[in-house]
Amino acid sequence: MEERSRLCSVWLGSETGILKGVSLDRKQAFNFSNTRALSRDQEVRALCWADPAESELLLGCADGTVRTFSTEKGVFTEARSCGDPQEGCFSGLASLRGSAIITCAECGKVRVWREDGSGPVAELDAGSNVCRMRQSPMDPNRVATGGKDNGLKIWDLERPEKPLFTAKNLRDDWLDLRRPHWVRDIGFIQDSDKVVTCTGYHQVHVFDPATPQRRPVLEAEFGEYPLTALALPAGGGAVVVGNTQGDVAVLDLRKGLVRGRLKGAAGGVRALQCHASQPLVASCGLDRFLRVHSLEDRQPLHRVYLKSRLTCLLLASRELQAGQGGGATEGAEPQVKEEEEDEVWDRMEQVEEEEEATKRKPAAGEEEVKKKKKKKGGD
Amino acid sequence: MDITEVPTEKGSKKKKKSMKAKTKVKNMEVKEESSAAENQADPTTAFPPTFSVSEIKNKQRRHLMFMKFKQEKRKQKLQLKKKRRKEREALGDKAPPKEVPKTIENQRVFDETAVDPEDEEVAFDEGTDEFSAYFNGLTNPKVLITTSDRPRGRTVRFCEQLASVIPNAHVYYRRGLALKRIIPQCVARDFTYMMVINQDRLVPNGLVLCHLPDGPTAHFKVSSVRVRKEIKRRGKEPTEHYPEVILNNFTTRLGHSIGRLFAALFPQNPQFVGRQVATFHNQRDFIFFRFHRYIFKNEKKVGIQELGPRFTLKLRSLQKGTFDSKYGEYEWVLKRHEMDACRRKFQL
Repeated sequence: MEERSRLCSVWLGSETGILKGVSLDRKQAFNFSNTRALSRDQEVRALCWADPAESELLLGCADGTVRTFSTEKGVFTEARSCGDPQEGCFSGLASLRGSAIITCAECGKVRVWREDGSGPVAELDAGSNVCRMRQSPMDPNRVATGGKDNGLKIWDLERPEKPLFTAKNLRDDWLDLRRPHWVRDIGFIQDSDKVVTCTGYHQVHVFDPATPQRRPVLEAEFGEYPLTALALPAGGGAVVVGNTQGDVAVLDLRKGLVRGRLKGAAGGVRALQCHASQPLVASCGLDRFLRVHSLEDRQPLHRVYLKSRLTCLLLASRELQAGQGGGATEGAEPQVKEEEEDEVWDRMEQVEEEEEATKRKPAAGEEEVKKKKKKKGGD
Repeated sequence: MDITEVPTEKGSKKKKKSMKAKTKVKNMEVKEESSAAENQADPTTAFPPTFSVSEIKNKQRRHLMFMKFKQEKRKQKLQLKKKRRKEREALGDKAPPKEVPKTIENQRVFDETAVDPEDEEVAFDEGTDEFSAYFNGLTNPKVLITTSDRPRGRTVRFCEQLASVIPNAHVYYRRGLALKRIIPQCVARDFTYMMVINQDRLVPNGLVLCHLPDGPTAHFKVSSVRVRKEIKRRGKEPTEHYPEVILNNFTTRLGHSIGRLFAALFPQNPQFVGRQVATFHNQRDFIFFRFHRYIFKNEKKVGIQELGPRFTLKLRSLQKGTFDSKYGEYEWVLKRHEMDACRRKFQL
């Protein structure tokens, strides 16, 4: 189990309660749960890394327990109960300064739990029907929540009384009818305060807490079906969104236009994640496949059938194994290209020189043509 | 000088003209000769290796040559066939076994989702899905059949005949009600299925099959519907006995889900006295439905009699949960031109 779990670079949670690890370079997938003691109560709803070194995983299960999985040892080391199953399933899970964890249930209770296992240290109420809670990658104390009829709220866990930012509802439409909120997924844009959300009404919104405007600074739409997941590529400037029909697209965050679609998914997308350094995006969903696409040419790179409906996805921040192989070749390829380009430039210089030489000599057109032909032959 | 030059020029022109005329005549002759030669050579035309019939400009000629080309090809094929048959006859029993003809089904692209019956994980997934209550014998199927608004013509008869095939089925008028409002009422009345038949221009063309109380919902395209009256050599009206169900060729994970969806429409204990069989046969992702009565004539022979109706289904989408086409999550959606780009790839 240890060897296996060390190999894996993609972790997935399934509806049947199985934690799956996929090693892309070996093209192997492993189940890290006892297949005899399965139950749908243990459906994995949220996944996150317990520590920055990525040696431990946290799994939020549907029965209200948070289980710890050690990727070093390849076994479940700990399980603790964080909240009632009656309060709804986990809509978000994050680790805070190593040992503490943040959980968010669908009822809207965001809680901070310490290692010792007693009651929650801090608790805040983000309203009902929370669909997603995310932690800011820059500031671990900052979390964002949002859900159905529950707009985006950004909280500072040090001051849980009042949210730092509350989104205002969209302007009424041209019939003066209210346009409801339905945040399905949230992402923090790197190196800025901005937050991007995707909604059940197929919109993508960018909010900027730094400005006094509480309505979105950018509104975009994609498709006709609810958007269920989003991911932000490492490069920035774009967002990857997926909907319930399995359409995944890269949207540009400058104008909100579609840059391109990622083809292949047959069923609703449940989770998307971009790799921290490589231009890769992984998606999983109800069609039981893990798909890895390249963000550069949007081509599918990997397709892994994992037998159960998948609910969540986590990528290791080290280079994916396939990426390592690919990365090495990618590292080599640009050099080769540069060399090729150098050669091209050399050739061009030669030609230019000779052209100049021909220009200096006032010669007849035929002679020039002949000379050029000679050059081509010489090259 | 000028005067002298003019006549020479004229003369030269005349000469040229005459020359041209002569050459024309010659050309004509040559053409005639060549066409005659071609006519003579026609019965044994042999094309140069890079010759293409489509390069011929004359349409009639091209047609003629093409016909000849085809005849030639056919002749060769027949000869080859004859030769092979003779060889086989000569070899007798030692003849190599006949080659299996290539069809797009036996050339099917490998599908990694094909279900292995010994797979624990898939078995668990299927054992705890929405149909597990039926397969564990906890519920009995009860089906509501309705249509789109204002059904006309064959749709009405088709619904009635479906209700005679499926035991414990009830046909209701739609009365302009929204499906999302019907579903809670169905659940309250212990229905396990809701079946909606849509029609376009008096012809049934869609089927929504929604398993209750918590999904899944499948959407099919319906084609070539034949109601009982339109079937030749049909038997008498079916009896009320529970039919046997045959599900053919549902091999992939998606196919298994669809097969279970159909299986759960019928009661689990067929009444063999009725000798009636409902068949769902999947071939190239089209599901053919037939309803037969069989009889054992003697120990070797079985006679079957079609009872109707017959129709063909093609899966459009499979949605998780009860009918919600706007906000529901789809487990599988047919994406045309993306999924059916390869003719040898099948989904079910």
